[in-house]
Amino acid sequence: MKNLNLLWLVVLLAVFWIINSGHFDFLLLSFGLISVIIVIVINQIMTRVNEEYQPPVILSLRLPFYISWLGKEIVKSNIDVIRCVWQRKPAIEPRVIKVKASQETDLFRVLYANSITMTPGTVTMEIEGDEFTVHALTRTSREGLESGEMDRKVRSLEK
Amino acid sequence: MYLAITAAILVVMILALARAMLGPTIYDRILAINTFGTKTVLLISVMGMVAGRFDFIDIALVYALINFISIVAVLRFFEYSDQAKGEQES
Amino acid sequence: MAEILDILSWIFLLIGGFLGITGAVGLFRFPDFFTRLHAASITDTLCAGMIVLGLILQAPDVMMVIKLLLILLILTYTSPTAAHALAKSAIHGGLKPLSGSTEPEAPSGHEESSQGEPPFTH
Repeated sequence: MKNLNLLWLVVLLAVFWIINSGHFDFLLLSFGLISVIIVIVINQIMTRVNEEYQPPVILSLRLPFYISWLGKEIVKSNIDVIRCVWQRKPAIEPRVIKVKASQETDLFRVLYANSITMTPGTVTMEIEGDEFTVHALTRTSREGLESGEMDRKVRSLEK
Repeated sequence: MYLAITAAILVVMILALARAMLGPTIYDRILAINTFGTKTVLLISVMGMVAGRFDFIDIALVYALINFISIVAVLRFFEYSDQAKGEQES
Repeated sequence: MAEILDILSWIFLLIGGFLGITGAVGLFRFPDFFTRLHAASITDTLCAGMIVLGLILQAPDVMMVIKLLLILLILTYTSPTAAHALAKSAIHGGLKPLSGSTEPEAPSGHEESSQGEPPFTH
């Protein structure tokens, strides 16, 4: 498991280097190799501190569907917030609510929290265990969050 | 046409700077600076397209990373300090 | 074909510019820090996405497209993290979020339900 994580990290870093450099001559590729090695060494030192480290790689066939669904949600809630901005009297009801996250691993909890924050109208303020404190701007954003649809979608990615 | 986009981004940047100067709390200022940084990234990309200098995109990339790191660093600095509270009251 | 791509890209860029201005106006119109955070997140997500998408349609080669996509990826990764860090440190710094409907009232009908509830439901 640990070796697999390491392999993923190496692949990610190498791809990142190649995309950013765009050159394939020996000198630049060897610089890339050296940088990857340095990052891996630092990463190894740091994982000794934090045992639960996982590289942010999600292997799931449902991921493209989730991303497109999230994109649709972002557009919808953007329109909602934009309407609030341009109304003469903004119809906002800022509220702090608590949401339960049913994901098991930290990675997916982070994905859920980031998805909440990314949709305008809701911002994750604090994460304690499996309970998120969320600030919601409008009524619709709050109700959308409380229906727990996003939670279910993220959990279905986990399997 | 590119002029319209550049003008729009510049207007946003000016408004964000105004918020950073007015902002009652320190967090408002940091938020405004974050918006300002994101817009700078977009402005650099658009300017690269206008000028036909495609290496500007790399600069935009680096700016996006630096912007994020600087915001997080500033927040670390202010997270538990008394200075933020003091400003809120005044 | 090139004409259609051009027009499409201009539409995306214009929408992006409009969203940016909307976000900036939101920074001024919303009453407190936490509500302004939502306005800023418009400019971070959809506005950046639209402008980068518009630029991608004008990009001359594949490398450019990949780099623009990388910019978009980095912005979508970092902006929620920055927003979360801001909200978290504002809470720790002792900033209290407004709750309930604010003085420009919510449209009637919502009012009954929003006044009675305590700020923390659940």
